[in-house]
Amino acid sequence: MSYDFNFTFIWNNFDVVLMGLVNSLRLAALSIPIAMALGLLLALIYVDGHRIGRGLVAGYVEVVRNAPLLLWVYLVFYGVPQATGLRYDREVSFVATLSCYGAAYLVEVFRSGLESVPRGQIDAGYAIGMTSPQVLLHVRLPTMFRIILPALSNSCISLFKDTSIAMVLGIPELAFTAQWINTSTFRVVEAWMVIVPLYLVTTYAIIFALRRLERRFKVA
Amino acid sequence: MEERDFLSLVIVAWPALQKGVLLTLGLAAVVVAITLVLGVTTAVVMVYAGRWTRGVLRLYVDFIRGVPALAIIFSIYYLLPFAGLQLREFDSAAVALAVFFTAHVTEVARGALESVARGQEDAAKAVGLWFMQRLAYVVFPQAMRRFLPPWMNVVVEIIKGTALVSLLGIVDLMLATQQVVGRTFEAMLFYGVAVAIYVLINATLSNLSRMLERRFAYLDR
Repeated sequence: MSYDFNFTFIWNNFDVVLMGLVNSLRLAALSIPIAMALGLLLALIYVDGHRIGRGLVAGYVEVVRNAPLLLWVYLVFYGVPQATGLRYDREVSFVATLSCYGAAYLVEVFRSGLESVPRGQIDAGYAIGMTSPQVLLHVRLPTMFRIILPALSNSCISLFKDTSIAMVLGIPELAFTAQWINTSTFRVVEAWMVIVPLYLVTTYAIIFALRRLERRFKVA
Repeated sequence: MEERDFLSLVIVAWPALQKGVLLTLGLAAVVVAITLVLGVTTAVVMVYAGRWTRGVLRLYVDFIRGVPALAIIFSIYYLLPFAGLQLREFDSAAVALAVFFTAHVTEVARGALESVARGQEDAAKAVGLWFMQRLAYVVFPQAMRRFLPPWMNVVVEIIKGTALVSLLGIVDLMLATQQVVGRTFEAMLFYGVAVAIYVLINATLSNLSRMLERRFAYLDR
């Protein structure tokens, strides 16, 4: 079988490809903070909350983590507006979906972090007259973050990679540009030969940056 | 009244969904089997082989882990014919998923193998066991409890990962659901049903894994 590789179209439209990468990063940058906030909130409910709250959080994690993200993306974009009458664009839909999906993974990370804060530190906080919220803000959360930083950065990297699923809603992120090149030129192999290295370089750039952050805040 | 309507819709759509479920489970089973054999083998090679072999395998694992599953699966699927492999759709999809998930099983298995205390290996050598015997009687049994729980997580990831083959036009549970939604316009209902099916399958597996963890917990005391 002989095949002539032709990258002309891709090089000529490289600005579209780079824009795709920027959009992927933007989706991740929007979703990750929301996922972290929601994950932390749910973890606090799980650790400090009432039995009922605990059960609800456990149920949320069980349901969300056990179905594919692709399915959640379809359910939120096509199902929820039908059931509720709400209307939102595909990007809002995807960011909301990825945030809720990511939160279900981050709950576990935050929970284990909160539970591994030494009891003595918390007691020491109360002993010097801190209130519960003060202990949370000045003792538990800072310690927790240092403990979970490696796990947290792994989750961030997963969430960045998961933005590729946004392709199915036609959001012009990196994986979508590969599909776009394919439908424009049928140069599907060339498309992925360019897109995969771009993902690889970006993921490792993020990993490298996060590792530096981890070293900076390393627990002695 | 409305509820009965939903029920009858689901009953009518069930044969199509059932076919999808069977394809998802069949594909997942094939991928789980391939990745188990390849992943454990790769991990053994990584732990025991020389620096160069180790480096090459490290490169493979790190490469896979740096790229989204969707991109790997599409690439492999379209690249297979270039490697001279003209496979059926199902087989191509299985190969693509296997290439992706073998890297994950490798990491889990490597971690498990490395968790076995060095002295165990030395003791096995001292009593005259040769390499395969050391693996079979000393290392593997001890690595097992470190392997099973995270491996079950990978199995769940594989089942979820098979949903990506719907994008290649293979009618798994995901695509079967989309087709039913296309016919009935009941998006919320049928995507909800699909969630329930995936959760049922995967929650059963993760609970099994938790049971295994408890079963092996006594070893940590």
